Amino acid sequence: MAGGQERILRRRIKSVESTKKITRAMELIAATRVVKAQERSSAARPYAESMTAVILDLVKAGAAKEHPLLQQYPDARSEAIVVITSDRGLCGAYNSTVIRLAEQQIAARQAAGLGYTLFVVGSKAQTYFRFRGYEMSEVFLDVTDRPTYDDARAIANALLPRFEAGEFESGVLIYWRFLSAGAQQAVVRRFLPLEVEERDESGTGGAPAGSSELEYEPNPTVILNELLPRYVEGRIFSALLDASASEHAARQRAMKSATDNAEELKISLTRVMNRARQDAITTEIMEIVSGAEALGSDRGNPDSLLPEGLMPRHLFAQNLDPSDPSAVRH
Amino acid sequence: MPMHVELVSPERVVFDAEVTMVLARTIGGGDVAFMEGHAPFLGALQTHTMTFFLADGTREVAAVHGGFISVVDNHVRVLSDMSEVSSQIDVARAERARDAALEGARLDTDVEHEAALRRAQARLTAAGVVTA
Repeated sequence: MAGGQERILRRRIKSVESTKKITRAMELIAATRVVKAQERSSAARPYAESMTAVILDLVKAGAAKEHPLLQQYPDARSEAIVVITSDRGLCGAYNSTVIRLAEQQIAARQAAGLGYTLFVVGSKAQTYFRFRGYEMSEVFLDVTDRPTYDDARAIANALLPRFEAGEFESGVLIYWRFLSAGAQQAVVRRFLPLEVEERDESGTGGAPAGSSELEYEPNPTVILNELLPRYVEGRIFSALLDASASEHAARQRAMKSATDNAEELKISLTRVMNRARQDAITTEIMEIVSGAEALGSDRGNPDSLLPEGLMPRHLFAQNLDPSDPSAVRH
Repeated sequence: MPMHVELVSPERVVFDAEVTMVLARTIGGGDVAFMEGHAPFLGALQTHTMTFFLADGTREVAAVHGGFISVVDNHVRVLSDMSEVSSQIDVARAERARDAALEGARLDTDVEHEAALRRAQARLTAAGVVTA
């Protein structure tokens, strides 16, 4: 009946309310995580910038470009595709966008008759690709929540020896680039083979124009060979940091809209519930009125219809009139 | 004018200070000291300690596990995957690592053990537990 409906609505409102509490909490947590991830990302920048500056110096100094990471492997049929997703959901279109980009990349390679090798970061991409029967070469889990340099190194170590062996013609990173808390961008970035071009940007890292006249110990080629794998690790690390910050930002946004939706749902449900309650009250009044009417007509007095019939005086013993036959019935 | 030194790991800037001299060991095996006005220099570092002679006369020792040093314009930058200044070193852990490495090196001659031993020794030396 009407009262039952009200109870059901009340229960739904309660459940929406508790969902809202959860999403609100997740939103707040994600918000602080974004800030932390951003800090980590900016803390990592000095290293990356110095690295780039040093490599440019070395190239200017004429270090031999014979390192395997600088070579092109035109005979290789495969491409190393590193897909960075999260381990947990509830972050909107974050994972599906990256996965879609990866699938497009794979489809484009297959259309050209070329192969691919998947390196997957995050359980979301893992389950997706496993379910659809894609072949995954390596999976890295438990990384994107708080990526460390060791994680980046593990990925680089899985990938670089195979590149140096001539297995891949190129390598791409697919991840969300973090521009600001309000703007991220899903990107496909080529990171292998390394292309070191001599540019006139000696400003990077504060190196003055005459920095090509450096002293080297040991010689530039040895240093460059040591440096290049570190550089790839650094590229992967900064991609992981970007992805992590973007993930938290995406989660914050998703949870904010979930909280807003819950709030809206709660308001409309409350409205329906109030109407149901009012309906129930109206019905009850109607019942009482018709009951009273029946009592009134029982007494055979058509003049004392409403007000008299509703008076509760019959309920109190001292008001009882023993001679009144209708009073006894209450 | 003292030099400025930055010890940078991929995750953060570990240490930065004004120094009068920096002592490091490059891959070739030789120690190099840098003082104010040193010519621009770029070197690959060995797993070893690195000593910073601070401008206030005190000394700071760090364990640096590989990496690079660049000196440009009285600005010293040390890029290293792993580096710790003496106060951050977990001595007990480094000692355990050294003992494990020694034990492993006794059983077989693996470069891993040798590298682990060198890392542990660099840490312990930097922490002042053993002298170089």
